Amino acid sequence: MISVDHLTKYYGTHCAVDDVSFTIGRGEVAALLGPNGSGKTTLMRVLTGYFPPTAGRVCIDGEDVAEQPAAARRRIGYLPEQVSLYPELTVRRYLAFVAEVKGLGGRARRAAVAGAIERCGLLEVADRLAGKLSKGYRQRVGLAQALVGDADVLVLDEPTVGLDPMQTVEMRTLLRTLAGRTMLLSTHILTEASALCSRIVILSRGRLVAIDTPEGLARRLAGVARLLVRVDGPADGVAAELATLPGVVRVERGAPDGLAGTAFALSARDPEPAQRALGAAVVARGWTLLEVRASAPSLEDLFVQLVGPAGDGAGEPRG
Amino acid sequence: MQSFVALFRKELRSYFGSPLVYLVTAAFLAYTGYYFHSDLVYFITFGFGLNIMENFWQILFIDIRLVLIFAIPLLTMRLLAEERRLGTLELLLTYPLGDRAIVAAKLGACLVVIGALLAGTLVYPAWVYHVQPFSLEPLIAAYLGLVLFSLVCASYGLFVSSLTDSQVLAGFLTALPLLLLWLLSWNEAATAAGTLPLVRAISLFNHFQPFSVGLVELRDVFYFAFTAGFFIWATLRVLESRQWRGRR
Repeated sequence: MISVDHLTKYYGTHCAVDDVSFTIGRGEVAALLGPNGSGKTTLMRVLTGYFPPTAGRVCIDGEDVAEQPAAARRRIGYLPEQVSLYPELTVRRYLAFVAEVKGLGGRARRAAVAGAIERCGLLEVADRLAGKLSKGYRQRVGLAQALVGDADVLVLDEPTVGLDPMQTVEMRTLLRTLAGRTMLLSTHILTEASALCSRIVILSRGRLVAIDTPEGLARRLAGVARLLVRVDGPADGVAAELATLPGVVRVERGAPDGLAGTAFALSARDPEPAQRALGAAVVARGWTLLEVRASAPSLEDLFVQLVGPAGDGAGEPRG
Repeated sequence: MQSFVALFRKELRSYFGSPLVYLVTAAFLAYTGYYFHSDLVYFITFGFGLNIMENFWQILFIDIRLVLIFAIPLLTMRLLAEERRLGTLELLLTYPLGDRAIVAAKLGACLVVIGALLAGTLVYPAWVYHVQPFSLEPLIAAYLGLVLFSLVCASYGLFVSSLTDSQVLAGFLTALPLLLLWLLSWNEAATAAGTLPLVRAISLFNHFQPFSVGLVELRDVFYFAFTAGFFIWATLRVLESRQWRGRR
């Protein structure tokens, strides 16, 4: 069980995590969702005892991470965002080292290493040097070292980032086989969070914006739509005009892409009135409507729904 | 304790798994062997009949110390700088392993390697003893001095290595100040009279020299122990700084 209680973390004067509280029950798989710079990694580093919180507390199965770091760390398997391995060790030797550091000796260590190798599909690379592995295998070794020692709680920071589509599918399949453990994984991909997790914790600029089930979030998103529009006309004028359409809460202008006109993305709680009014509004000003397309709701749309049209920095990568 | 042993063994494995240690060992034994030969020839030519401790062993041990000043930074530079560069430090700091155990395992493994280098030099006195037996107590004192000197150099090197992710920079910033600290009292006439006591108090040479003639003085032992302790303390503070500094 992971319990986060009024957690705040400052870097100097910059507040990275601001008064966040939530609990993840035993055996539950939860996602920490948010754009880059929203505080996901900071929160995970506090959870793993890498650094203490500025205020608030974090308990892993009832053990306070700041007060009993060794006991809490023993229960956690952590996969950092950037999996770094010792290039001079083979996969097997590296995992044996991790098992020993986590307090396993003799037969228990050998069993833990063999189990992790098999579970993560590392048999064919087990005796290769870690420095020579592909990104996909490195990520799996990262997961294997988190699993060694039978940690009840897994904290996985962006487990699929940087993987190719095939590797991403394999990693997700692997993560599904770990059901039964308490798991918190961070991601900035809404569909990934929905596919893997029973609960989603959403962060924006260090603040907790929502905690909900994937179904609950889908319901909230049902009314949100995104329209992709391409108009030939003065970009500023078009943007201002589009913002006045009924129901539109946000207008983003696309970068010049060499095609005719300028692309805009409209977010609307209910897209239909905007869709109906769009053509007439553009024609009335003498501009040309080149394209209208509805797109699936994205994390940005979810943020529009949750934190309002100001966007609160959603989708703007920072850090 | 088991975690400490695991990291200690991994560190030793990393040392002996890389060619650097073998190159450093070869160079160290070649240089000290050359000094042994040249100092012995010097003693036989000019100092025969004089006190062997002052006219041969002292010179040899001071020469060995010079080689150590260049060898130790090559051994300490990777300790934490490489973990930082690779990014493995983050994981290491989230294992059930205290900062103290990390520092102790890294410093301990480094001292084992340095100990092996110093053990290699035992062949010189063993050979002289074989030709002409002599009293061993002063040599034990001299080796104690070398061990304490190495401890200071290694803990300073570990500290520098904790500050940067560049091994080359860590190596340079370890070797140069050590050399300066050694040479500080080289030319006492060039030092202002007012600062001379201070220079003498912090000069590595002034504290090592008594050992090289077989004298163990408590204040010298204290100087080495205190300096090493200070750098170990400073390394721990650097590791701890992640608690209040930025993301990395």
